[in-house]
Amino acid sequence: MSTPFYVSPQQAMADRAEYARKGIARGRSLVVLQYADGIVFVGENPSRALHKFSEIYDRIGFAAAGKYNEYENLRIGGVRYADLRGYTYDRDDVTARGLANVYAQTLGTIFSSAAEKPYEVELVVAEVGETPEGDQIYRLPHDGSIVDEHGSVAVGGNAEQISTYLDREHQEGMTLAEALKLAVTALSRESNGTQREIPAERLEVAVLDRTRPQQRKFKRIVGPQLGRLLDADGAATAAEAEESEESGGDVE
Amino acid sequence: MDFLADHQPEMLPGKRQLPPTQGVIEAPHGTTIVAVTFPGGVVLAGDRRATMGNVIAQRDIEKVFPADEYSAVGIAGTAGLAVEMVKLFQLELEHFEKVEGAQLSLEGKANRLSTMIRSNLGMAMQGLAVVPLFAGFDVDRGKGRIFSYDVTGGRSEEHHFSATGSGSVFARGAMKKLFREDLTEEQATTLVVQALYDAADDDSATGGPDVARRIYPIITVITENGFRRLTDDESSGLARAVLARRLEEPDGPRAALL
Repeated sequence: MSTPFYVSPQQAMADRAEYARKGIARGRSLVVLQYADGIVFVGENPSRALHKFSEIYDRIGFAAAGKYNEYENLRIGGVRYADLRGYTYDRDDVTARGLANVYAQTLGTIFSSAAEKPYEVELVVAEVGETPEGDQIYRLPHDGSIVDEHGSVAVGGNAEQISTYLDREHQEGMTLAEALKLAVTALSRESNGTQREIPAERLEVAVLDRTRPQQRKFKRIVGPQLGRLLDADGAATAAEAEESEESGGDVE
Repeated sequence: MDFLADHQPEMLPGKRQLPPTQGVIEAPHGTTIVAVTFPGGVVLAGDRRATMGNVIAQRDIEKVFPADEYSAVGIAGTAGLAVEMVKLFQLELEHFEKVEGAQLSLEGKANRLSTMIRSNLGMAMQGLAVVPLFAGFDVDRGKGRIFSYDVTGGRSEEHHFSATGSGSVFARGAMKKLFREDLTEEQATTLVVQALYDAADDDSATGGPDVARRIYPIITVITENGFRRLTDDESSGLARAVLARRLEEPDGPRAALL
């Protein structure tokens, strides 16, 4: 009879964490930033159909880096959870904190169950409040822990370097155009310090805009509107914000 | 509650076996809903009265709801059940949109509502029917469309105008005489107020504009810009204008004889 290899629990967990981290690091990074009127999600995504950001509920958005099939699964789970909550109780009773807890439970269970491989995903759940003080951003790494973030957060491949840069440069009360510019600069920094160009077509941008008159605050920014925002200086942004209100009818 | 539903569903209030009822259950009923299309969109409106037998149960009930960005539903029939059905319908549309990343087609929405009404057939047989009117802007075809239903979930598309509820007979008569193909949005909203006035005129369960309490019909417009509910000022303006004319001519505008 052969004795199975003994692997210490510490070693087993470290191996699983290493596996998940490597999987996440292969994906492109994305950043989530607070700005004056809400929260903006920016990431590099060559696909227009397979989104990294999505609406979960009225004020709650979702961002994910890592394996598409795994985070899509979690996203749909989150939409179900939120819709069921909102229907059973009230729309106000769906919170990012509750959702983040559910995700943490799911990720934690999968991470520590020996039968399954750990999910190679890192999530961000963000909720926009009535005021910037009410904004909440939670980062959920692969192992099911929750990190309460403020101001800015980056996940994915180059996350550590990007978040150091963002922590240094991000300020409270930035306009959407400023925040977007900062995000793009952060994303396009290579690890050796050089800048590369990310064309607008390869950017996926979405906002949770607290000034939107609709109940559902999530909106994707695409096409000409994104181009204008990227070129915009301070003066153009005010006009831009108004225009986004008018075309705000379409929630994708 | 979910735990109960899974494990001991008979413990939940809604799941208990009820004894067969004798006669009709008394519950508030909503009354008249009207819809009319115009080039570029559709108008859906409803009066504000809910009745329970011969009693007015509520004077300011709201019976027209946005279903999503491009459609709305107006309900006639048992108010409690209807409001819940609308809530579930709104949820389904939003859920589909978020999960799939695209909106249901207008036909898809209309079919879904049909299934929901059919599932209520048992209650309808006991006198608790829900009969909605569904109107929306078809983004693919670029025009407003109206769908009407019967208690069995039968769905039919209506051209130009439609009405449902106890006052619908009178409202439809009024709309038949007033409708034209080239209505503007403002004329269409005036037309529905006229139709609701005529319904209230001849049907005791339909409420007319209540000037004393400032309760006016709910009027919604759906165009390519999406759903919009007229503000209280706008609907009171329309209702007062119609009322002012009716003081001179109580039966309303007269159509040409030939």
